[in-house]
Amino acid sequence: MFAAENGLKGDPRLEAISQAIRVVPHFPKKGIMFQDITTLLLDHKAFQDTVDIFVDRYRNMDISVVAGIEARGFMFGPSIALAIGAKFVPLRKPKKLPGKVICEEYELEYGTDCLEMQVDAVQPGDRALIVDDLVATGGTLSAAIRLLGKRMGAQVVECGCVVGLPEVKGQCRLNGKPVYILVEPREIDNCRHDISSEFLNVQCSG
Amino acid sequence: MIHAPSLLRRPFFFFSSSSPPPAPAASCILPPPPLLRPHVISSLARTPISLRCSAADSRSPSNREMAAQQDPRLAGIASAIRVIPDFPKAGIMFQDITTLLLDVKAFRDTIDLFVDRYKDKGISVVAGIEARGFIFGPPIALAIGAKFVPLRKPKKLPGEVISEEYSLEYGTDKIEMHVGAVEAGERALIVDDLIATGGTLNAAIRLLERVGVEVYECACLMELPELKGRDRLGDKPLFVLVQSSVDAHDHH
Repeated sequence: MFAAENGLKGDPRLEAISQAIRVVPHFPKKGIMFQDITTLLLDHKAFQDTVDIFVDRYRNMDISVVAGIEARGFMFGPSIALAIGAKFVPLRKPKKLPGKVICEEYELEYGTDCLEMQVDAVQPGDRALIVDDLVATGGTLSAAIRLLGKRMGAQVVECGCVVGLPEVKGQCRLNGKPVYILVEPREIDNCRHDISSEFLNVQCSG
Repeated sequence: MIHAPSLLRRPFFFFSSSSPPPAPAASCILPPPPLLRPHVISSLARTPISLRCSAADSRSPSNREMAAQQDPRLAGIASAIRVIPDFPKAGIMFQDITTLLLDVKAFRDTIDLFVDRYKDKGISVVAGIEARGFIFGPPIALAIGAKFVPLRKPKKLPGEVISEEYSLEYGTDKIEMHVGAVEAGERALIVDDLIATGGTLNAAIRLLERVGVEVYECACLMELPELKGRDRLGDKPLFVLVQSSVDAHDHH
């Protein structure tokens, strides 16, 4: 579900957040319009608003765990966790986390990858929020839901992402869990950030 | 430990910073030597063998008065960090901060300690080193009104980047930053969870200085002083909350 359809219709913060995200065409490969949230992190007000919108939504939902997906989920998750009084759990690529871990496989375009979590991070009965910067196919988020829910017995309350594809509008769920999204991806001609010309095939008109 | 004046900008403990060198023993107001020996919390290798929990601080004036008032939050922070032996390989005592992230109060205290130090210092940029610097950097940046800039491994950042190479035990690695993320004249804080040899932090300093940014300080939760990472930061000060030994065994 999109924030604009769920209580934040017309909220000017959402437009500013959307405009603060830079579109980088053909990264990591041709045809992909990469939604680069690093420019959002440079805009203190928009970054703070992003965190505040999530915090306002989740502070009264009794969330005990915020799980962030490496690496961009780390940029948003901890601030949310701190504000709502939840613990933060990093979900990482293989072999990064020390101690006893569990691993959940997910599909890539070619091949598979694995998402890991430490076994003592989460308990049955924990109410969890999973955070990432963007949801596209939902492969990584689905793996995270399986890790926390199915494998560790926590209750996954929701997934929160800054950017999400329109396919998840309405009541679309991932593994049965709702996904809450702030903004849709933008096209290149809406951008307001300069992009180095050697990376542009299309002239930015915004 | 008596510091010569030239070393006062890079002290071992916060109470030995930019003040004049301490007077000889009788009137020495520094804590006695036993505080400089590692304080063993447990003989089991799994708990941190940490030196006296201290904010090792190279900037605050008049730290002598603070010597007796170690911030009470530091003990909770130090005990929330877990040591994992033989990770990622045999012989390495890994300082695992994920247990601190599970301790809501200790995590909050960690951020508060950094924010208390860095707010109102004109810092407009907090640069965090991938990946654990991404956990601590943004909350600090948000609280002090600064932007957050991720410093990443190669090929992760889209668009135009600048790179800085640094040495590893075997070979080299690189960190990258977006072109245009920072402007010449800005004042930056660099954040990471831990400083070991100082190689990555040194590369981060060079990266920022190359584009004309003033690096105000490097801030880490933990330092492994035996690896002398502090010495690799040039003239840049380092602030850490907790120091720990690389060695699993007692130093008694």
